[in-house]
Amino acid sequence: MAADEVRVQIASDGDIVAARSQGRTLAIKLGFSSGDITLIATAISELARNILSYARQGEILLRAVDGSNRTGILIVAADKGPGISDLRQALRDGFSTSGSLGLGLPGVRRLMDEFEITSEPTQGTTVKVKKWKQ
Amino acid sequence: MEVPILKQGGFLIATVQAALSDADLLQLRAALLERVVRMRSRGVILDVTALDVMDSFASRTIREIAHMIRLRGAETVIVGIQPEVAFAMVQLGLTLEDVATALDLEEGLEYLNQKFKSTTI
Amino acid sequence: MARKRDEGVAVAFQNTSGHATQRSEVTSTLLRELVAHLRQNRTPLREEWVRRITEAQLLTAMTKEEIFAEATSVYDSYVAALETGTFEALQNYARNLSERIIPRGVETHEVVGIVLLLRDVLARSLFAKYQDDFEELNRILDAYEPAANRIANTVAVGFVQERERVIRQQQEAIRELSTPVLQVRERLLILPIIGVIDPQRARQLTEQLLRGIRTNRAKVVVIDITGVAAMDATVANHLVQTVEASRLLGATVIVTGLSPEIAQTLVTIGVDLGKMNTVGDLQGGIEQAERLLGYKVVLIAEAG
Repeated sequence: MAADEVRVQIASDGDIVAARSQGRTLAIKLGFSSGDITLIATAISELARNILSYARQGEILLRAVDGSNRTGILIVAADKGPGISDLRQALRDGFSTSGSLGLGLPGVRRLMDEFEITSEPTQGTTVKVKKWKQ
Repeated sequence: MEVPILKQGGFLIATVQAALSDADLLQLRAALLERVVRMRSRGVILDVTALDVMDSFASRTIREIAHMIRLRGAETVIVGIQPEVAFAMVQLGLTLEDVATALDLEEGLEYLNQKFKSTTI
Repeated sequence: MARKRDEGVAVAFQNTSGHATQRSEVTSTLLRELVAHLRQNRTPLREEWVRRITEAQLLTAMTKEEIFAEATSVYDSYVAALETGTFEALQNYARNLSERIIPRGVETHEVVGIVLLLRDVLARSLFAKYQDDFEELNRILDAYEPAANRIANTVAVGFVQERERVIRQQQEAIRELSTPVLQVRERLLILPIIGVIDPQRARQLTEQLLRGIRTNRAKVVVIDITGVAAMDATVANHLVQTVEASRLLGATVIVTGLSPEIAQTLVTIGVDLGKMNTVGDLQGGIEQAERLLGYKVVLIAEAG
């Protein structure tokens, strides 16, 4: 069976809704609990929003992934925008979001099980997150 | 999609749909403000029962709405946040801290009525 | 009609992703022959298999009729998988079967056992059929072996995965039972938290509480943390999140059982205790909750 994969181009705020909706559909298909589906859709929304705010356009990739004995969803948010110069600052977790450059990345990390980010000033940013089905 | 706004006594009730885009939220903000002024409403209930995701933009815009409405002398209460949405929100650190919240429409109306000690239906 | 033996050894069923892979012409022919043989001899082979299952004392939790019925389904799925080279139907069946038999107490070794027995029964029937042509037997087995292994694997793994899922569900249920959300009065919930709070349990507690708030239309929640085993920053974090999430549902939270040490931890992680409603002990917390809810004796009903 072909891997379930969806790509959503992000260029307008309507695309954020589309990405969420696709994420929700895939998560439902994979059998995630309704609580997890909301977490996934929320994470997608934030990641898509970051793309729009900081890079104007980019892409969200959604794919089903297989671990050893478990299924999960992979979300890759990629853009070729200005990049993040201070990743440590962006990922600093705390109780206020003010320390995290307003990108909500620590929040997204809390929502997901795995989190990976690469960003190069002027090269763009790629955020990869995964959530596993319990 | 435009958010329907109903008048109930001295209050306004705006009922949000599931797929709410940024543009819809901004349109809602403008519409509510306009109506609060025009109808001299004392309270606004924002019903988000159908909302499936509350992200940082939605949260920020809702707080702006509440703030602007307060400047007009009226009170806002958010009702119907779903348990799963609430959970996701706190994970993201979105607490809507300066906005009143209530469980549902009934509670929201009671809250507003208490606030104004009003006997309006 | 001589066929080169090498051509018969094709790369069949080696792709682990479940796609129907390219099989050589020869292997296809062999498999067709094999499938035809298995279909023709369906009845005797099934019966032989069931006989051996009973003999090996497997599936003792099931009646003979049930075993025969399931054996039929497995047999047919087995043959279909051999025929089509695709395993999705078999996987679905395996999951389905597992869902049925796990509650009956069927164990992993039994499932693995019966699948291996089937493999053996079919292999032996092939020996019998091709006993006069060693070369042909070898070719057939070369085609059969990888497929049979794959099938055994699919069924066994399907069963084990289903079992693991059931176990996880049971653990979840146990966790839920051990953290009751109590409704003591109308609109008032009490959540006594006892023991160790790991992230999973914390999440479950929060979700349970939020659902409880909605179902019971609670306006006040008293969370008692006297019994919490270890209050570190992570647990404190979960507590704060629970309080915040409850508020989003319109409920006020009173935290009781807060020792000075815990209060210190909360302050250290940046919690504004001034914003959190705290009371020393559970009793005091309930009293405050009742006050918040306006529970007091009203002697005279007020006129509208």
